Amino acid sequence: FSGHADLLGGPYSYSDRLLIKGGRIVNDDQSFHADIYMEDGLIKQIGDNLIVPGGVKTIEANGKMVIPGGIDIHTHFQMPYRGTTTVDDFAQGSKAALAGGTTMIVDHVMPEPGASLIEAHDQWRQWADEKACCDYSLHVDITHWNDSVKQEVDNLIKEKGVNSFQVYMAYKDYYQMSNSELYEVFTFLAERGGIAQVHAENGEIIAEEQARMLQMGITGPEGHVLSRPEELEAEAVFRAITIASQTNCPLYVTRVMSKSAADIISQARKKGNVVFGEPITASLGTDGTHYWSKNWAKAASFVTSPPLSPDPTTPDYLNTLLSSGDLSVTGSAHCTFSVAQKAIGKDDFTQIPEGVNGVEERMALIWDKAVTTGKMDENMFVAVTSTNAAKILNLYPRKGRIAVGSDADLVIWDTDAIRTITAKTHNSAAEYNIFEGVELRGAPLVVICQGKIVLEDGNLHATSGVGRFIPCSPFPDFAYKRIKARKQLAVLRAVPRGMYDGPVSEFSMSRGGTPSASARTSPTKQPVRNLHQSGFSLAGPPTPDDIPIRPAGRRIVVPPGGRSNITSLS
Amino acid sequence: NMSGSKNSIPHLTSERLLIKGGRVVNDDQSFYADVYIEDGLIKQVGENLVVPGGVKVIEANGRMVIPGGIDVNTCLMKSYLGTQPVDDFFQGTKAALAGGTTMIIDHVAPQPGDSLLEAFERWQEAADKKACCDYSLHVDIPQWNENVKDELELLVQDKGINSFQVYMAYKDVYQMTDSELYEAFSFLKLLGAVVLVHAENGDLIAQEQRKILGMGITGPEGHPLSRPEEVEAEAVFRAITLGNRVNCPVYITKVMSKSAADTITQARRKGSVVFGEPITASLATDGSHYWSKNWAKAAAYVTSPPLSPDQTTPDHLHTLLACGDLQVVGSSHCAYSTSQKAIGKDDFTLIPEGINGVEERMGFVWDKAVAMGKMDENQFVAVTSTNAAKIFNLYPRKGRIAVGSDADIVIWDPDSVKTITAKLHLNVFKAAEYNIFEGLESRGGPVLVLSQGQVVYEEGKLHAQQGTGRFIPRKPFPDYAYQRVKFRNQGVTRGIYDGPVYDVAPIPKYITPSPSAKTSPTSHQPPPIRNLHQSNFSLSGAQIDDNIPRRSGHRIVAPPGGRSNITSLG
Repeated sequence: FSGHADLLGGPYSYSDRLLIKGGRIVNDDQSFHADIYMEDGLIKQIGDNLIVPGGVKTIEANGKMVIPGGIDIHTHFQMPYRGTTTVDDFAQGSKAALAGGTTMIVDHVMPEPGASLIEAHDQWRQWADEKACCDYSLHVDITHWNDSVKQEVDNLIKEKGVNSFQVYMAYKDYYQMSNSELYEVFTFLAERGGIAQVHAENGEIIAEEQARMLQMGITGPEGHVLSRPEELEAEAVFRAITIASQTNCPLYVTRVMSKSAADIISQARKKGNVVFGEPITASLGTDGTHYWSKNWAKAASFVTSPPLSPDPTTPDYLNTLLSSGDLSVTGSAHCTFSVAQKAIGKDDFTQIPEGVNGVEERMALIWDKAVTTGKMDENMFVAVTSTNAAKILNLYPRKGRIAVGSDADLVIWDTDAIRTITAKTHNSAAEYNIFEGVELRGAPLVVICQGKIVLEDGNLHATSGVGRFIPCSPFPDFAYKRIKARKQLAVLRAVPRGMYDGPVSEFSMSRGGTPSASARTSPTKQPVRNLHQSGFSLAGPPTPDDIPIRPAGRRIVVPPGGRSNITSLS
Repeated sequence: NMSGSKNSIPHLTSERLLIKGGRVVNDDQSFYADVYIEDGLIKQVGENLVVPGGVKVIEANGRMVIPGGIDVNTCLMKSYLGTQPVDDFFQGTKAALAGGTTMIIDHVAPQPGDSLLEAFERWQEAADKKACCDYSLHVDIPQWNENVKDELELLVQDKGINSFQVYMAYKDVYQMTDSELYEAFSFLKLLGAVVLVHAENGDLIAQEQRKILGMGITGPEGHPLSRPEEVEAEAVFRAITLGNRVNCPVYITKVMSKSAADTITQARRKGSVVFGEPITASLATDGSHYWSKNWAKAAAYVTSPPLSPDQTTPDHLHTLLACGDLQVVGSSHCAYSTSQKAIGKDDFTLIPEGINGVEERMGFVWDKAVAMGKMDENQFVAVTSTNAAKIFNLYPRKGRIAVGSDADIVIWDPDSVKTITAKLHLNVFKAAEYNIFEGLESRGGPVLVLSQGQVVYEEGKLHAQQGTGRFIPRKPFPDYAYQRVKFRNQGVTRGIYDGPVYDVAPIPKYITPSPSAKTSPTSHQPPPIRNLHQSNFSLSGAQIDDNIPRRSGHRIVAPPGGRSNITSLG
């Protein structure tokens, strides 16, 4: 991996030695009292009465929780947008992350449709390497699909340490992919061990609804949520799960914003689908009623897609599913624009740049809404804020766990601290904070990143440029163990039967005398399945019955009497 | 005047009939009464009727007297690659009558590019000549464009058609995109028509077919393998989402799998106006036969969506039918001979799709639902006749035994037992060599069938007369489907927002609109946001449908705190 260079020979020396004494270590599986000794950015010892070199800096945890630093699996720092850039660059954004107890972020590379994925990736790497204050990884969004993109994706997986790729079911005529393209992308990713992330909303219906809203004279931010009702999100989630199941590809739904989308994911998981849902800070902490605010700038600051649901019971519901394990990870989708940038859409809601804040508030918000309310225990809190993300990205146990050999990204968590969120004190550069005025219980007391103290006594000591790229390798067990097992089972056989040698009716391939010029979309298409266009030939000899055919990613369909779908466990 | 009435006069009969001593079973109640029939209509229902002398008396001896069945889905003229199904309107309606069905609704199936109107007239002409029982027609919409709109309007307003089928499958032939479906739903809703949906994801099927053929599987088992049931469920979910958005009733033809049926059930629980139609085949047999070593037998089962290989499917569908989650039973009768099926002997994608079931329909519902104690006799009448009449606006002329209703009546014997075989079924002269229910025993059957007040079937003998069937025109806006839709149309009315709007500094245009589209080979970068030039709406508000009075169609979503979706009751 090219990332190795950064890992081994960075310009920074990790000679810091740190001892956390008297803390209660909370991992996703258990909690226990132990001291932690760190050296060179790694956890070296865990236990009682550790023997450590003299002169080590010691932090007294006084029985407080020590948790793995948070991983924000979804950010958009320094994202180019129509010639401008989001207001939080990698420095500002990762500082905000650290202030909230998050010690690693995973940013989305957004190539323009038609642009090279690798070039975009390299650009993002450069930006992040220059500025990031904490470790980071990258997702790459696939914004168009063809053979050269395929090559690039292959290269990103094999050479560049990227294992997750996002595709879009929305943004018609721009990012949106057809079902056939999704099928091909998923098939490809399943072969190469990638995670298919989807932005799940039905872009075609949204385009129709947007046109209708604008025509009705609704141009303000409320038009955003009116044109993207939650069932369009649920529909796309359902469809994405179907395609992933057909292609036996692990699926990751980014930004779960509504109850109905979350329910679809729950149901699919109960049927055995390998699907992960990611609610974000905003959907867990606030709702879409603010789109009707009379303050345009405030209303616009909530604009993100899928939109926040106007149903005020949504956050509570999503926190419940997160607690029960039906939703797996939390991101922030932090993507902040200034009011002036949002105002690009002042006369037309479809032009409002989409994005909300949340990287800093993410962990405290979940603590407040899920743990203090008794929905979730502290171990689950660690799972959904850190460990599960590390597992999905194949970074575990280097990240997401307090264990000997893991990176020294730790947080001493104060369960009782109370803070009021406000744009006046937050670390983001945005003028609005969508959680303005919300009081949150729970906050980081000390944050250690790469073995160095970056937050202590309320003071942030983040250093721009120290963040390292952490490469993610393909075939993460957390997602692929089941997928691989199902692939092994996948045997599809033709039924051995004699050749049909009876009479065959005469037929004409040009259906019903329709002149072919009237065929619907393209004049070259025959009005019936054209065998010449669909890469197979009738002339191929039938495969002998005794040779099992093992296509990648196909489950068996059991012959008579059996279940029709083995990917389904129900 | 509806064109159908032209041929209603010659068939008027002066025959007078009295059914004595029967138990009249409607969908709401059962009671003992005599039924007096004159001129093809029910004139009196009750005890001790005063009737003219010399009427023919039929002794029912306490047996059930039920409204004749209505088979909502037949395809008696659906040509495939130039060949016609072996059961035409004559054979098909004869078989219907023999099974206790006194009315069919056939699908007019024009090819893409054909005129809907001409196709309709061809169907009507053929049916008028040949049909032995009353009939009506659904018209399938093979493609969406402006001409189609005019024809649809004409069909609804002048021709007595109120139901149209759209396809989500058959890529590059009949399949519509989500945007087209949205437009079609919107338009049909304005007309007050019922939208019938063939629900399967055609994009995924095309991919799977290619894959499976590529693996050398060319036999009929490739048919269900390439159309797994989740592909059906996905499309059902999407169709319902579209229906909700447009606030339009949706009718799913051919519910073949448990998961599709469950999706309908869940949507109904949330208040969606959706109807589901299982067919004889999905209620009585399963897809295990696709693996038969006898090619001709396996091919006989080919229909789309395919029969599910899951053998618990028929039982599950019966349960949902009994509890009202599914509403009507059709047969989708479309019989092809073995030599016609053999068009696809080397490639399952070319096998003509269609199965029998018009004759067996009522017997199987009785045998598998009523005789098993799942369903009572009134619900039996509802799902085999009354609900169909209500959905398609034929009620109470059809689907009920009441004064003034058509004298389409069946005396039903719950105890008669027969074994289904191709040798015995009445269309043996010409019809399909295979009966997909071959060898199955069915309890319950008609003893006597009256169509238009005439005895057409008695003690195993058919007296059907070619050409006596009348076209029954149907008016738009059936209450059963549209009453709720109309209420939901009444949106919230409120004044125009005239409060202060945040004043933003004018922003320099970041966007350079460029003509290059996503797929275009030019190196031009498309502007980094939805390009309004490429999408089908304009900000000026002008719409292609501006001439249509503003729809009815749309609710306004409740303001903050309210429900996000008024069509949803849940």
